Amino acid sequence: MSGAPASATFPKNARAALANPPLLKAIAHIEETLVSGRRRAVDALPEFEALRDAGRDLKAHTLAHLDLYLEAFEQKVVEAGGHVHWAADAAEANSIVLDICQAAGARTVTKGKSMITEEVGLNAFLEGNGVRPVETDLGEYIIQLRGETPSHIIAPAVHVNKEQVAADFRRVHTDLDPRRNLDEPVSLLAEARGVLRERFLAADVGITGANFLVAETGSTVIVTNEGNGDLSQILPKTHIVLASIEKVVPTLEDVATIMRLLARSATGQEMSVYTTFSTGPRRPGDPDGPEAFHVVLLDNGRSAMLGTEFEDMLRCIRCGACLNHCPVYRSIGGHAYGSVYPGPMGSVLTPSLQGLETSAHLANASTLCGRCESVCPMRIPLPKMLRHWREKEFERHLTPRKARFGLAAWRFLADRPRLYGLTTRLAAWGLSRLAGKSGALTSLPLAGGWTRWRDLPAPEGGTFRTEWAKRGRH
Amino acid sequence: MTPKPRVGLFVTCLVDFFRPTVGFSAVKLIEDAGCEVFVPAAQTCCGQPAYNSGDRAGARALAEQVIALFEGFDHVVIPSGSCAGMIKVHYPSLFAGEPGWTLRAERLAAKTHELTAFLTDVLGVGPLPTAWEGTATYHDSCSGLRELGVKDQPRKLLAAVDGLTVKEMRDPESCCGFGGTFCVKYDEISNAIVDRKAADVRSTGANLLLGGDLGCLLNIAGKLKREGSTVEVRHVAEVLAGMTAGPAIGGAKR
Repeated sequence: MSGAPASATFPKNARAALANPPLLKAIAHIEETLVSGRRRAVDALPEFEALRDAGRDLKAHTLAHLDLYLEAFEQKVVEAGGHVHWAADAAEANSIVLDICQAAGARTVTKGKSMITEEVGLNAFLEGNGVRPVETDLGEYIIQLRGETPSHIIAPAVHVNKEQVAADFRRVHTDLDPRRNLDEPVSLLAEARGVLRERFLAADVGITGANFLVAETGSTVIVTNEGNGDLSQILPKTHIVLASIEKVVPTLEDVATIMRLLARSATGQEMSVYTTFSTGPRRPGDPDGPEAFHVVLLDNGRSAMLGTEFEDMLRCIRCGACLNHCPVYRSIGGHAYGSVYPGPMGSVLTPSLQGLETSAHLANASTLCGRCESVCPMRIPLPKMLRHWREKEFERHLTPRKARFGLAAWRFLADRPRLYGLTTRLAAWGLSRLAGKSGALTSLPLAGGWTRWRDLPAPEGGTFRTEWAKRGRH
Repeated sequence: MTPKPRVGLFVTCLVDFFRPTVGFSAVKLIEDAGCEVFVPAAQTCCGQPAYNSGDRAGARALAEQVIALFEGFDHVVIPSGSCAGMIKVHYPSLFAGEPGWTLRAERLAAKTHELTAFLTDVLGVGPLPTAWEGTATYHDSCSGLRELGVKDQPRKLLAAVDGLTVKEMRDPESCCGFGGTFCVKYDEISNAIVDRKAADVRSTGANLLLGGDLGCLLNIAGKLKREGSTVEVRHVAEVLAGMTAGPAIGGAKR
């Protein structure tokens, strides 16, 4: 979490992002890569909408019987020779992982990409306790070198350009020829691969997340495009899976259903390049695999969302489509949110994880345009839930005083049609006169938020209802 | 002869205040299609600002007012996808646990329509006898598009306008950044969003931007004007009704 801005200072963070041209240039690429890719993939699959229904229904079913499926999963993991640990919160998860690392005598751990480890702040915790975590996903590796957090849940370094990566590699990989050419992405990739290969071989423990936990078989599943997750979990003697409880699905069939949605929604691929199933440790006769297999199941506020208006959020499969299609995310990138999870899904989840007091901006900083819901593979009603947070903010009197006053004044007027008519008639006349022949106002007291950036088109003059009445209509 | 359908026009607070022409255009379109139009004088606001700010009680109070004023008509028509969406999609949820009010809200929701959807889907209006010389581009406002499915209806009506060509933006379905109070609460972000929208409008080469929601149109028109663009901005009803004699939104008076 080093250096991450807080969500409480969201407006300031956003302002800084908007004044950062390289960042804006980097996130502009989302349109031609992830958004276009999704559109092509969805257009090519006639049953995509039906699949969304199926995905939503199977996740809703699983959440309705979450305890049952989690216990079934645990039993199968144990039967396969693995261990299951239950973590109520971030601190418990971290200490469970550290205990396993210490018992294995680990000094270095390799990590597959995992947002849950970001959520609990695992890297900093391990470092503070003498265990060195090495990120092996290229994007995660880059931001680890930069001391940053992910700015996107599937493309953690989407905010960084290739020149910045080259500079970071030169700064950190000091044992390599300083005159080497790092102009092309492929040379950056080759260098990262070379460096990481040694780390994979040296690691004592491999830590991954999970895209799915399969109750039927006790398997954990990850999808990646780099194969780094496979090397993280197969080469070290110990494999730890850190996953949140809502990742469980009943059967392998269900994995297949959601997988058909996941990559298409995320990157526009039909499938990610690697899909890896882990079921227990290495068995006698297996050519490879870890000697010990641990699954840490994290709650961290999720079970408290069950049965509330936020339960639907637990269907989220972390594809990132809502971020890619969000006009706000696309304007400021992920770091400005100041939360582990940015964008619409992050703005719904974050108040549950860290409290509304420090995150109320996130629910408000949305136009409620609804594009997130329209692309969500799990049909999560994100705008509705953002509005629910606004309602909680209002009920708990956390809404800023100026906004509360404005709402109260508006309601007072709108409840009194005669007074409303008189007031609007006067104001419309006044503004129209003020604008004169130009037809628009370039500045207006109390409307600086508007006129700082755009003209305010002036009212035509009389209100519609006055003009209507003048014509003797009813 | 069957009596004409009685249509209650909910003009919306923005049209009432900023652009009565849109209201008169709507009246003309609905009357020309064979309906009788009524404008309840006590109408104010649909309650959306309160609803989207978390003030359910405030939204509910205004919803009661709207329901009482409009439930007697055969249809309620609104020249705004956003306010129509508020009534059609959100009103019933404001009265959860109150069967009486819920029923009234649901009945009103069922007969409430966005203007272009009413003309095409309900009345089956054919080509309108109107003309506008030039190239227009159409902004799909978010609520109308995603809550009510308003997409083809305005285009179908515009396709029959004499002399008018519609040239689509690269991304007509992306938000303009208005978002009600969002545009002043988070004005810098709103500006970044409307900046992209204005660029998309300009890149079409169209000399007219049309849409079905005045909030979005005020926002985009204000941005285009600030940038010195000569693209005119109008509500789609104005062109369809042939009421384009006056200045465009934010345009100089002649």
